Amino acid sequence: MSLSPDEVRHVARLARLALSDDEVADLAPQLSEILGYAEQVGEVAADEVPPTVHPFALKDVTRPDEPRPSLRREDILAGAPAVEQDRFAVPRIVAEEG
Amino acid sequence: MTSELIGLTAAQLAARLTAGEVSAREAVDAHLDRIVATDGVVADGDLWPAEPADQRSDDQIHAFLQVRAEAARAHADDIDRRRAAGQKLGPLAGVPLALKDVITMRGAPTTCGSKMLEGWVPPYDATVTELLHDADVVVLGKTNMDEFAMGSSTENSAYGDTRNPWDLDRVPGGSSGGSAAAVAALQAPLSIGTDTGGSIRQPAALTGLVGAKPTYGTVSRRGLVAFASSLDQAGPFARTVEDAAMLQTVIQHHDPRDSTSVSESPPDLLATLRDGVEGLRIGVVTELQGEGYEPGVAETFQAALARYESLGAEIVEVSLPHAPYGLPAYYLIAPSECSSNLARFDGVRYGQRVDAATAEEMNAATRSAGFGPEVKRRIMIGTHALSSGYFDAYYLQASKVRTLIARDFAAAFEQADVLVSPTSPSVAFGLGTKTADPIAMYLNDVATVPASLAGNPALSLPAGLAAAPDAPDSALPVGLQIMAPLLRDDLMYRAAWAFEQDLGFTPMPAGARAVEVAQ
Repeated sequence: MSLSPDEVRHVARLARLALSDDEVADLAPQLSEILGYAEQVGEVAADEVPPTVHPFALKDVTRPDEPRPSLRREDILAGAPAVEQDRFAVPRIVAEEG
Repeated sequence: MTSELIGLTAAQLAARLTAGEVSAREAVDAHLDRIVATDGVVADGDLWPAEPADQRSDDQIHAFLQVRAEAARAHADDIDRRRAAGQKLGPLAGVPLALKDVITMRGAPTTCGSKMLEGWVPPYDATVTELLHDADVVVLGKTNMDEFAMGSSTENSAYGDTRNPWDLDRVPGGSSGGSAAAVAALQAPLSIGTDTGGSIRQPAALTGLVGAKPTYGTVSRRGLVAFASSLDQAGPFARTVEDAAMLQTVIQHHDPRDSTSVSESPPDLLATLRDGVEGLRIGVVTELQGEGYEPGVAETFQAALARYESLGAEIVEVSLPHAPYGLPAYYLIAPSECSSNLARFDGVRYGQRVDAATAEEMNAATRSAGFGPEVKRRIMIGTHALSSGYFDAYYLQASKVRTLIARDFAAAFEQADVLVSPTSPSVAFGLGTKTADPIAMYLNDVATVPASLAGNPALSLPAGLAAAPDAPDSALPVGLQIMAPLLRDDLMYRAAWAFEQDLGFTPMPAGARAVEVAQ
């Protein structure tokens, strides 16, 4: 599989990466080569094989629903780049009505 | 006195501590002195930072990103007080350890080798850190690593590379290169690394250490900053098999706070350590040798098989038919999980932020400035592999191949008690020699990835020395990988101990400029 610069830009948008033109130029052949290598998995006949995500096939792991101490709010907010009124502060997400 | 203490194994040091011949404070100070002499830290104040990457000297190891000198001394003093008061302490109480900077420790900066987390101080201890603390193992500091554990040479760290104590112009392997180099350079007798596709075993091989990836799920991932959640596993580095088994015993524990933690543990790792390999069936994996392995590695591996035979083990040939698809499957599964896990670095909750007008622009500007080239590559591969129209052919197909590899292992363990292969296709390679070619770097993992995908425990131990192809007169460590059935970590340690005793390897680099030890 070969990725064009436009496809690289599309994937970068999905991944929330703002790539420079130089980065796009470097990544297009690199990603194509890596994907070409990884595509070898397609040679394996595996239609009837279930996928593995955990060697012990654990499912729906729960713990008793009991209250217990959690981290303090101020300790968590202390690591954030911007805080307002005891909350994480972010730039505008929803555009104003036009 | 100093040089004598740093040359001790963890078991030897622990015995002296228990006998009252050495204090924990003396042990910690000896290792801090060693770090000051060999690592390149700014030994000033309570928390010693590494020298800035642009001001570093080339004759130092650069294993540590931060050394928590004052906290380590205070912990040691507390251990000495409690021992003097007659309190019962754990078997490794007072033994110093280096912790990979991907595992959180309250109050100690955690960067994961990334600019993204520069300055972030975690508000909680990882479960592994809690267990080390409960055992009174003294954490000296946090070690360098490939950014977010993505790499095989520690050259992807945003804070500069780490040097191999055996040859300062060569890499220590990765991603846990700092943890490996610290133990090889006698800066600590023990360290913790993490292994996703080989990130403990390969650096152990390249620095002449024992390094183990426990059975997936037996060591909690809570507080281990996630790279690929279905593969990540913390484990020990040490200079002897016994030390590694002791440290793994401390950190393996069921954790209800990690939903992937398994409730079973392997049998006691130390109880059968010295039982020998008489009659043990050792399976040589056909697919994990031959083309692509350096001649020195191949010769050392053949000699290891002969040694096992002389020790009474039975050598059998086994096949993992799908192992050749392990690396391609890994380089879809790990980047896919990475792209999902690293979405949390969005400039909102922790670490760096680059301001912009909208949230989406802020996310993208922050991530572009915070991540290095290899992390971006893997996020891109993973995002593509998981995107609409590609999921079935990439992530799903790779996860099916993973099932087939796990079945291959189960079948092979019908014929053999443990499996062996070279750990790495090469000895330590030169700084900068593989950074321009991602696939060449990925091939470092070719022998370690299969056990990662299947979840099986695997370790690397020194098998001898061999010359690098680019330096015919060199003598660099070669690793032997031993893989065991799920939850039979005890078997791999038993097989490793017998080999180690017979080989008599000295894991102490001599001659390297920064790491001379008075003998």
